[in-house]
Amino acid sequence: MDVLKLIGVLIVVVGFALKLDTIATVVVAGLATGLVAGMTPMEILTTLGNSFLTNRTATLFVLTLPVIGILERYGLKDKAVDFIRGIKHATTGKILSLYLVIRAFAAAFSLRIGGHPQFVRPLINPMAQAAAQAKYGPLPTKTEDQIKGMAAANENFGNFFAQNCFMGASGTLLIVSTLNEQGLTDVNALNISGASWYIFGAAVILGVMYNYLLDRRQERVLKGGK
Amino acid sequence: MDSILNINEIASWGLSKTVAEFFYIIIGIVFILVGVKALRDKNHSSRLMTAAFWFILAFTFIAGPYLPKFITGIAVVAIALLTGARQVKPSQSDVPSAEETRKNADKLRYKVFLPALVLALAAVLIATFWKDLGANNAIGASALVALVVTFLVTRVNPKYVPKDGARLMDNVGTVGILPQLLAALGALFTAAGVGTVIANGVQAIIPEGSKLIAVAVYCISMALFTIIMGNGFAAFSVITVGIGIPFLIAQGANPIIVGALGLTAGYCGTLMTPMAANFNIMPAALLETNDKYVIIKSQAPFALVMLAVHIILMYLLAF
Repeated sequence: MDVLKLIGVLIVVVGFALKLDTIATVVVAGLATGLVAGMTPMEILTTLGNSFLTNRTATLFVLTLPVIGILERYGLKDKAVDFIRGIKHATTGKILSLYLVIRAFAAAFSLRIGGHPQFVRPLINPMAQAAAQAKYGPLPTKTEDQIKGMAAANENFGNFFAQNCFMGASGTLLIVSTLNEQGLTDVNALNISGASWYIFGAAVILGVMYNYLLDRRQERVLKGGK
Repeated sequence: MDSILNINEIASWGLSKTVAEFFYIIIGIVFILVGVKALRDKNHSSRLMTAAFWFILAFTFIAGPYLPKFITGIAVVAIALLTGARQVKPSQSDVPSAEETRKNADKLRYKVFLPALVLALAAVLIATFWKDLGANNAIGASALVALVVTFLVTRVNPKYVPKDGARLMDNVGTVGILPQLLAALGALFTAAGVGTVIANGVQAIIPEGSKLIAVAVYCISMALFTIIMGNGFAAFSVITVGIGIPFLIAQGANPIIVGALGLTAGYCGTLMTPMAANFNIMPAALLETNDKYVIIKSQAPFALVMLAVHIILMYLLAF
């Protein structure tokens, strides 16, 4: 029964979907797959241990943590806030686009400036809301919600599609070690991070266009408000 | 059975491998520091178990390669038991206060960004111009260079190097080891022939030789699996072994393009799923939205366009 070998995939899907402990889920999936494939417990432990060791590459990001931790102590986030606060006289869409660009470059250069609690709630959303209010007066609740959604969305766009441009990003290292493990030894952190700039570019260009459409929609829906 | 301490094997390590093991020892030391931090935290609810998790992990990083591999296998099962029993928790850290970071920021101003830029750029330069070192070692080397620049810029007391390193590691937490475990799972899947089973199933929908359809199936599967699991990393190890390698890379696609675009194709799924609660649902609560799905609704059109862009780019660049 070949289909039985998919038990590991099923365990991963169900475990993650049910929000069970991720590490335990992955290890159980590995053990189950080995058993179903007819490996002995010793073979399974040896394969698991061996591949865990060769894939230590994926954890190299730890080496960058001391520098980043010290920089946070020395005001990295405070200065990022200062910089963004300096933006004046912009529309909602322009503020969001500027944040997207800053967030994307920060992620590509390993700067941990983002985050919904640290940036979007105290800074980006209030600035985006204020820009719309300045132009159209008090906003309908629906528009307010829409701006909140877009502010949070731009944080995710910048974060997701730019982070792999940094060689030490855990996503980059996951790609490298997964493909190396499969015998594709030409793949390394330098060429994966280099190839990630295509999507960086696409996400920033399309994101700016998407934010522009938000401005247009606001104009259409709210025009004549003030 | 592999040998206990294979001196001949160690003697044959080149520069790249030796440096890599040196960096893994440093990572092991960071793990030990996180464990010690937990042990010292008198108010911690499970400090022994938490410390055990970090110490076992450190043991695999430092000593694993010199011992029979099944011992690391047992260690991996042990850390899974600890996290599965929910016994591993963050401990008290020396978090810098808002006043402290503000005061430092006013003093250093934008110079604070310099070491971070060095961290990213030095990695690229070292990997490009010092090929013998190996590209993956360039990350550790650039961390050292950036640390020197950090000292020059901040004049920080050196005690904060271990302190802030352990603090951030604890902050990342147990999931920091997830990418490594998922890559290892991919290896087990391959050894067990899981990729072949998925490939046989998928074969039915991919017409012989149709590269565009193969690319589309891979990218869409990445997004769909991520939507179901809420985690692009997990989807990557399953879908790349099952679809990406047999239907794209084995057909001549460039593995660098397939890998780089494959993971972010999965992130298009992350943007559309409530399963990725920390990106899509919790921030909605934080922003006090009326509609708790407003972030997903804002992201979905963009995510679909980005998914199409991934398919087009992968098709054009990989072949």
